[in-house]
Amino acid sequence: MRSRTARRIGAGLWARALVAGSLGLVLGVTLLPATADAASTPGVTSSSITIGATVPLTGPAAPGYDEIAPAMNAVFSYVNAHGGVYGRKINYQYLDDGYNPANTATLTRKLVLQNNIFADVGSLGTPTQSAVQGFLNAQKVPQLFIESGCNCWSNPKYPQSYGWQPPYTVDGKILGAYIKANFAGKKIGYLSQADEFGQDVVKGLDMQIPKASVVSRQTYDAATLAGPLSNQMAALKAAGAQVVVLATIPAATALAMLPAAVIGYFPQYVVDSVGADSPTVGPLLSSFAQKGGGTPAQVAAASGLLNGVITTAYFAPESDTANPWVQAEKNILQQYAPSLYAKSGLDGNTQYGVALAYTFVQALQKAGKNLTRQSLLNAINTSGRKFVTPGFVPLAYSSSVHFGFLGEEVVKLQSSAPPAVTPTGSWIGGVAVGPVQVTNAGPGPIKKYTGPTSVPPKNLSSSSSG
Amino acid sequence: MDAATIVRSVRLPRQPLLRHLPVALVAGAVLYVVTLRLSSYNVYQVGEIAAYIVALVGLSLLTGANGQISLGHGAFMAVGAYTMALLMNHTQSNFILELAAAAGVAAAAGLVLGLPATRLKGPYLAGMTLLFALAVPSVADKWPATFGGDQGLTTTVPTAPGSLSAEEWLTQIQIAVALVVMVLVANLLWSRFGRAFRAVRDDEIAASLAGIHVARTKVMAFAISAGCAGLGGALLSLSTGVVNTGEFPLTLSIQLLAAMVLGGTGTLIGMVWGGILLVYMPQWSTSLSSDFNLGAGANAYLATIIFGLVLIVAMIAAPNGIQGGLRWLWGHRPRPGGGGTAVPVPAPTVD
Repeated sequence: MRSRTARRIGAGLWARALVAGSLGLVLGVTLLPATADAASTPGVTSSSITIGATVPLTGPAAPGYDEIAPAMNAVFSYVNAHGGVYGRKINYQYLDDGYNPANTATLTRKLVLQNNIFADVGSLGTPTQSAVQGFLNAQKVPQLFIESGCNCWSNPKYPQSYGWQPPYTVDGKILGAYIKANFAGKKIGYLSQADEFGQDVVKGLDMQIPKASVVSRQTYDAATLAGPLSNQMAALKAAGAQVVVLATIPAATALAMLPAAVIGYFPQYVVDSVGADSPTVGPLLSSFAQKGGGTPAQVAAASGLLNGVITTAYFAPESDTANPWVQAEKNILQQYAPSLYAKSGLDGNTQYGVALAYTFVQALQKAGKNLTRQSLLNAINTSGRKFVTPGFVPLAYSSSVHFGFLGEEVVKLQSSAPPAVTPTGSWIGGVAVGPVQVTNAGPGPIKKYTGPTSVPPKNLSSSSSG
Repeated sequence: MDAATIVRSVRLPRQPLLRHLPVALVAGAVLYVVTLRLSSYNVYQVGEIAAYIVALVGLSLLTGANGQISLGHGAFMAVGAYTMALLMNHTQSNFILELAAAAGVAAAAGLVLGLPATRLKGPYLAGMTLLFALAVPSVADKWPATFGGDQGLTTTVPTAPGSLSAEEWLTQIQIAVALVVMVLVANLLWSRFGRAFRAVRDDEIAASLAGIHVARTKVMAFAISAGCAGLGGALLSLSTGVVNTGEFPLTLSIQLLAAMVLGGTGTLIGMVWGGILLVYMPQWSTSLSSDFNLGAGANAYLATIIFGLVLIVAMIAAPNGIQGGLRWLWGHRPRPGGGGTAVPVPAPTVD
């Protein structure tokens, strides 16, 4: 009898909890404030422009990439301190999605539906941004300057989406052309990340390098990347590859070079720019060598493995201290993001953030006083090619091309004196070994770029005084 | 007559379907009104909660009623989501059929994984399911032409009828499915199958002496549980609008398990709490971290740390989870006829 009573009470709760819970919800809902009527353009008032982004500030993708959004914000602070754009201050809300597309989906809806952003600017990642491309386009929210080299951002189906950095296929094509011209007759091997990043680089390489000269194609899985890629490097050595192309993220670059060195394998490395930022990869090489039980001498020598690496660059590296863009980037970061500058200095990521944000500011300026989402996109489509950027080539935007930079320079990393702009002790800088070249993301030809390179406007370079 | 008296006066029939269906209908009607009143973003989150509830109900059935553990339910969610997305992208099939297929294929995967599970227990079973959670994303990565690689496969919600917004319509679909699943699982657990699940959980030898086929019962629980997870995954991928490997990491499987324990293992209503935790915990921890200015370094793993800490505290202080705690409070509520009469707290069974 006793147990029956107990069960009935327990069962009744099933119902009561639901009923009570529902009552509570209804009560809560009726007390919610009515939502204010949206202005004609979401996120834009006479004195402000609210934009947002989702970026990895935590988790495995965060190291390095977590510097980009704060670097962008330095530019916006600079612009705001100088009166904003047409009197409107830029309010940049960047949220941490931890590189998980499910989080990106939720947070992007929060930005759009709740925080009412004008545009999504500078969000990072292929899987993450693919997850919200449909949503942002359906909502007619500009998805600008996505931090990924996926070919998918320039797609007539998604008119609101714009890439910025060179597509990975362009990286592959330009590196492939260099290999074909400079390492003819040598045996080539690939190590690529087993996802679209790696596949797109390889696609570009294969457009240029004869199939017969590729002796080994190795891959690794980014999700399970935990230790040295010894098997892959041993296979490349066994196949006799004299030139090894790495389409790797920074950690994987280090985890490939170290085990190769251990087995006495020192091929000519050609590394996609994603995994070749020396201020990021150098310290990784040293710390992995230390964790792997290397002797102090080996640890000291580890970052030297980057010496002689061939890679690409689409804007001047931080080691080029005479470059006016590098000086302008340094000024802005030093003044408007002092804690970020103290921590990271000028590296590939902070430079990237400054340049990307500055591209957006020019789009706002060009869109004019009556800012709408459409006027912003029109400004990019018609004037994007004339924006001034640190890029070696102008942006390629038009109504049909939503890629940013489609040109790069092949550079060789060489040891040099520590550049004065970087307090983190980077000592390997890129030296151009070929001309700046332009191409497209498809099978189009690679051409030498002969046009001018833009210089930063005066007010930008002299920001420290103004 | 105050609200409490009204609630107390509710007496439900003993026939399972008659018990569960009216409750579900009332809840459905109330939630329908709610989705029309909330802001779009809150509506969207309610939908996400509903999707997680479906997966959690499956896990609760497996662990609470049948005593098996799974660290692979995130992967079953992925199986369901990919199944639905593949059908959406390659066939012109009916939406309901696509959801059913998501549940069906995930259940089949659960069946296959459940077979060795009949011989494994505790940490060994956890290890095997963990392997599954690691393997599924790699499989999807290996064949990008089929599974869309990093970009994944897009999912589309059927066009909303009338003046409903896309968020409202999706959330109503998710709530409806969640209620149907809860009613079905509640009925199942009330039936002889539910009794068999519990009998096997409590004592396998006694169960087999009573004529229950132990292995078959365990495999069935695993398959049904995986089917629920697959359906939950499909519903979740409707929220995100895409299915890709990054969406179903190993940590999802672990968070599902933690949310189930916190909600109240073995209960169904407890899974509502679990779903709410899964959706809101990351947000709470991020705002907590920024309020106290802990910086990105601490923020990195704060959600996981809080989940872990709360889990440890809950195991010690309230092993039956939030729902168990509420039941205890209900059992000790002051009675109109004088004082808190101690009512025996029911054991954490499914009802």
